[in-house]
Amino acid sequence: MNPDTDTATQYWRRNLQIIFSYLAVWFLVSFGCGIVFVDELNQFNLFGFKLGYWFANQGSIFVFSALTIAYAVRMSHLDNEFDVHE
Amino acid sequence: MSLEALTYTFVVGSFVIYIAIAFWSRASSTQEFYVAGGGVTPLANGMATAADWMSAASFISLAGIVSFAGYDASGYIMGWTGGYVLLALLLAPYLRKFGKFTIPDFVGDRYYSGVARVVAVICVMFISFTYISGQMRGTGIVFSRFLQVEIDTGIMIGMAVVFVYAVLGGMKGITYTQVAQYCVMIFAFTVPALFLTFSMTGHLLPQTGLGATLNNGMSVLDHLDGLVTELGFSSFTEGSKSKVDMFFITAALMFGTAGLPHVIVRFFTVPRVRDARISAAWALVFIAILYSSIPAVAAFGRINLIETVNGADNLGTPYEEMPQWFKKWENAGLIAWYDHNADGRTQYAAGDAFTGRQHKPIYWGAAEDKVARNFYSNQRHVVNPSSGEFDPKVQPFANEIYVDSDIMVLANPEIAELPDWVIALIAAGAMAAALSTAAGLLLVIATSVSHDLLKKTIRPQITDRQELLAARLAAMVAVLVAGYLGMHPPDYVAAVVALAFGLACASFFPAIIMGIFYQRMNKYGAISGMLVGLISTISYIVYFKFLGGEPEHWLMGISPEGFGALGMVLNFIVAYLVAHLTPEPPKHIQQIVQNIRVPRNSGSAYY
Repeated sequence: MNPDTDTATQYWRRNLQIIFSYLAVWFLVSFGCGIVFVDELNQFNLFGFKLGYWFANQGSIFVFSALTIAYAVRMSHLDNEFDVHE
Repeated sequence: MSLEALTYTFVVGSFVIYIAIAFWSRASSTQEFYVAGGGVTPLANGMATAADWMSAASFISLAGIVSFAGYDASGYIMGWTGGYVLLALLLAPYLRKFGKFTIPDFVGDRYYSGVARVVAVICVMFISFTYISGQMRGTGIVFSRFLQVEIDTGIMIGMAVVFVYAVLGGMKGITYTQVAQYCVMIFAFTVPALFLTFSMTGHLLPQTGLGATLNNGMSVLDHLDGLVTELGFSSFTEGSKSKVDMFFITAALMFGTAGLPHVIVRFFTVPRVRDARISAAWALVFIAILYSSIPAVAAFGRINLIETVNGADNLGTPYEEMPQWFKKWENAGLIAWYDHNADGRTQYAAGDAFTGRQHKPIYWGAAEDKVARNFYSNQRHVVNPSSGEFDPKVQPFANEIYVDSDIMVLANPEIAELPDWVIALIAAGAMAAALSTAAGLLLVIATSVSHDLLKKTIRPQITDRQELLAARLAAMVAVLVAGYLGMHPPDYVAAVVALAFGLACASFFPAIIMGIFYQRMNKYGAISGMLVGLISTISYIVYFKFLGGEPEHWLMGISPEGFGALGMVLNFIVAYLVAHLTPEPPKHIQQIVQNIRVPRNSGSAYY
C-alpha cells in the first residue's frame, strides 16, 4: 500500500521547503511588518495609509490569502510530479 | 412594511431556509453525522468554514473594538486571519489524510493512549462550551435589540432553531445551512459597508476607501488621527501596547485559531487531501472579504460618531438636534449622555463619562418610563455620572458620552441613512453569524461525547445506530447546557474567551504539529507537554484575571490574553525533552506518521 519510501522522503522534503519559505513570508508580513517594524514602516505612505498600519490591518490579510491559494496550487503540482495524488 | 415587520420577515424567512436545508440533508449514519459523509466540495466547505468561524463577535463586535482601539486591535485582525495560513499549511491536509472524525481521535490514536484522548476531550469540551455560551448570548442580544424581545426569550428561540437543524442534520445538515448562513452574513455586512464607504469617500470598496482623501484634502486616517488626538485619545493608527505584548497576543490568537476543534473538524468533511488545502484557501478568502472591510467600517464609524456628537464647530451638538439613531440606541441602553458642563450639548472626548464597574451607565427607570426622562429634553436620566474632571491641556471638554462598541455595526445603516431593508438585513446577518458558529460547536461537543467517550473509551461494542442516537442525545443536552450558560453568562465573558484561545494554543496546536512533523514524538512527551501547556496557561490567566494579580507583575510584560503563546513554547520544549528520555513510539505508529504525509489513498482510512 505504501508508496516507494524514497519518493515519499523526497516528496516530504520538498513539501517542507515550500512550507518553510511560505511561513517565512507569513511571519514577515504579520509579526515583522505589522508589529516589530511597524514604527519604521509608518514613516512611509502608501495610497493614504501609513505603511506599518496598512500591513497590520489590510496587507497581512491579502498576503495570507495569497499564500494559502499559492500553497494549494503549488502542492497540487507537486502531488502530480511525485505521482502521489489521488 | 414597517421596520419591525421587515426584520421579522428576514429573520423568520432565514430560519425557515435553514431548517428546510437541514431536513433535506439530514444525516442517516454516524459518518454523515460526524463528517457529512466526507463528500463536501472544497468551495462549499470553504463557505461553511468561514460561517463556522465568524461568530457573533466577528460580525457585531469586532468593528466596534477596532473603532475604539485602532492599531491596538490589529492583533485580532492578523490573529484571526493568519491562523488559517497555519491551518492550510500545517494541519488541514494531514488531518484529512489521517481521516478520522475528531481531534481527540487523532491525539488518542497518534499517541496510542486513552489518557491522551481523555485529556483532549476535556480541552475540547472546555473550549467549545466557553464559546457556545457567547453565541447563545449573541442570538439573545440580537433578538432583544432588533425585535424588542427579552434576551432570555431570544436565547430560547435560538436554541430551538439550532436544536432542530443540528440534532436532525448533523454535520451534513449544518454544512449546507452554514453555506446559506455565510451568504446571508456576508451580504448583510458588505452592503452597509459599501454604502458607507461610498457616501464618505466616493470610493466603491472599503479596502481602498480607507486610504481615500476626504473633501478637506486630508486622508481618512490622518483626519481621524487628528480628530482623536485633539480629544485626548491616543492616535488611531499607532499603538499604546508594548510590542512584546502585541507580539504574544497576536501569536496566541493565531495559533489558538489553528487549534480550535470546531474549525479543524470541518476539514474532515472533504473527499481528498487536495480538497482540504483548497478549501482552507477558500475559507480564508471568504473570511478576508469581511475582515478586510472591518478597519474601514471602524474608522468611518468613529469619524461619524465624533462629528455627529461634537458638531462641525467641535463645541458639541444640542441634544434636541441629535439624530434619531442616537435616541433609539439610548433607549436600547447602548448609548448614554450625562451633561457634565450643563450646556445642553453632547460632547465626546477621552475619559469615562460614568463611574462604577466597566464605567457603564446605570439608567434611572426603564426606557418607556416618562418620569425617568428629562422633562424638557426627554433624555434618559443616568444615576452614576463620573466627576467630569478633565485636563484642559489634553482635551477641550470632559467626555459626556457612553457608547457601547457594538453600535459601530448595529447603527451603521441608520447613521448612513440607508433604507429599512438594510437594517433588517443586519439582524438576519448577525443571527446567521451566531447560529452557524453555535451549530458547529454543538456538533463538536456531541461528537466528543458519543464518539470519543462512549464508543472509544467506555462501550466500544455499541452499533453505528446506537452511536448515532447517542450523538443526537448528546447534542440535545449540549443545547440545553449552552442555553443555560447563555442565560446565566459567567461574570467575565471576555476573560473566559481569552482562556479558550490560550488553551487551544497551548494544548492542541503543539500536540497535533508534533504528531505530524516529528515522528519521534511519543505519548510521554505529548501528554507531559499538553499538561504543562494547559496548567501554566490556566494558572497564569486565572491568577491575573480572577485572583486580582496586578499588571506590573506580568511575566516579561505579557498580558493574560497573550500567555497561551508562551504556554505553547513550554509545551514544545517539555515534550521534546521528555520524548528524548523515553522509548520511541511503536513501529506501527511511526508507520501512521509516514502515511499521513503522503496524500494518496486518503479514502481508505475510515471506510
